[in-house]
Amino acid sequence: MSALLLEVEGLTKHFAVTRGMAREKVFVRAVDGVDFAIARGETLGLVGESGCGKTTVGRLILRLIEPTGGAVRFDGRELTALDRKRLQPLRRSFQIIFQDPFASLNPRMTVSEIVGRPMEIHGLTRRAERDEKVGELLAAVGLRREQLARYPHEFSGGQRQRIGIARALATRPQLVVADEPTSALDVSVQAQILNLMKDLQGRFGLTYLFISHNIGVIRHISDRVAVMYLGKIVEMAGKGALFSKPLHPYTQALLAAVPSLDPRRRQEEVLLEGDVPSPVNPPPGCRFHTRCRFALPRCSREEPEFRPRADGRWVACHLY
Amino acid sequence: MFVLVALLAPLLAPYDPNEGELGQRLKPPSAEHWLGTDALGRDILSRVIYGAQVSLQIQLVAVLIALVLGTLLGMFGGYYGGVTDNLIMRFMDILLAFPGIFLAIAIIAVLGPGLLNLMLAAGIYSVPQFARIVRGSILSLKEKEFVEAARAAGESDAAILFRYLLPNSMAPIIIQTTLRMATVLLTASGLSFLGLGVQPPRAEWGAMLSTARPYLITAPHVATFPGLAIMLVVMGFNLFGDGLRDSLDPRLKD
Repeated sequence: MSALLLEVEGLTKHFAVTRGMAREKVFVRAVDGVDFAIARGETLGLVGESGCGKTTVGRLILRLIEPTGGAVRFDGRELTALDRKRLQPLRRSFQIIFQDPFASLNPRMTVSEIVGRPMEIHGLTRRAERDEKVGELLAAVGLRREQLARYPHEFSGGQRQRIGIARALATRPQLVVADEPTSALDVSVQAQILNLMKDLQGRFGLTYLFISHNIGVIRHISDRVAVMYLGKIVEMAGKGALFSKPLHPYTQALLAAVPSLDPRRRQEEVLLEGDVPSPVNPPPGCRFHTRCRFALPRCSREEPEFRPRADGRWVACHLY
Repeated sequence: MFVLVALLAPLLAPYDPNEGELGQRLKPPSAEHWLGTDALGRDILSRVIYGAQVSLQIQLVAVLIALVLGTLLGMFGGYYGGVTDNLIMRFMDILLAFPGIFLAIAIIAVLGPGLLNLMLAAGIYSVPQFARIVRGSILSLKEKEFVEAARAAGESDAAILFRYLLPNSMAPIIIQTTLRMATVLLTASGLSFLGLGVQPPRAEWGAMLSTARPYLITAPHVATFPGLAIMLVVMGFNLFGDGLRDSLDPRLKD
């Protein structure tokens, strides 16, 4: 048993799309060489703008989509090399919580079936005990046991997300990928769900990969944070270090964009100009140089390596 | 109502549908024969009632064939995509390229006329309709997160197809089934009218129309009543299908 539960190396996904009248085939570099690792019991927050590839990273780890390249090691085992048959029994160890609680529950199944199916698939329960076990899980996520015969449409968004969490926990996984689990919910419910997830992490010994575009949420739940831009991670550091002293110019701009509640605090204005370049033709050199205020001539030629610094932080920038 | 009539035919019909009194040929509607008699002196009301039985049988079997085949093909095409999908859907396009009745005639030309072959022909030519609708529905459903969740939980393809995708595409399938009932009845009557379907002396509405043709001027009632029956039932199924669509679509509720 190693300390690292999940190791991701050079993970890459290029989606092929045909474009225009000429049916020209181009590749969207959704994820382009991502490296990180998560220790057992830790929460890694993955933050970035819409379309930067963070959701794809989550799906790739669970092999819900097939990677173009790179490796995912879970508990020391290489997942990307396994065929479907050998992957299937391992699936119980890593589960996912989805963004949209209205799309993520089968409308034709009862709560008991939704939460109980993963247990049945992995042989963790018999039909007779299923309701009992599902009831326990419902209680653990803050729902009532009597609700197990109901259908998803009878629940509110927050309750549905709790059902989604119960389903993810049904197989007693070690790793849970949470893909924007709160962004579809009301602000008041968001906090409840976040606190529930924190609470469950302690009770079930979970490791989280928490994906979000909401810096406040990431700050609340993560131990370490990785910042993604255009298919690559640009900076990764402990939560305290990252928020008090962001190194990468993109991280700085991202944090400066969070509105402050303290009117006396003078904020340094870091405004990003222009749009995110297309992932079909990412800019040469550093992907951020087109919008970076510190850009050096070498940034447009040489791609900065993503590497660890002496203090254990990782950053991909020529400034450091 | 129509189904009830078909089931209770032996009780409701005042006369034997195939036994005629030659002395009573081509009589207009009267007290003994409410809808009159045909060229062989058979009671038209009884024949229309028994005809409902045959029609219902044709409809059920033909639509069932189309439903099962079409749904399976559509499911596999939509779910697996790629070459499988292309093969299935191009074949469906070939079937669709023929006008419906022409395709049915071609099938009967190969198999020979008769009740069973009529049902087969009407069924096969309805397969593409089901395949297309199911495929479309599967295509949109398979991108939903609950399907991804099922995959993440380790569900097999078969389980995803039958436990997740099929139950969620039931509404359009049910509607298509009722609407197809109407089309199949029209086709079957048309084929029988052409002498390719149900063979005399069995009472079938299309065949009755066909035999009534020579007497259209002298005894119009002989053709009118089976025709009316076809029209009413077709209209009934269409309205039923429309109503079902409205009540199954949550967006149209309230």
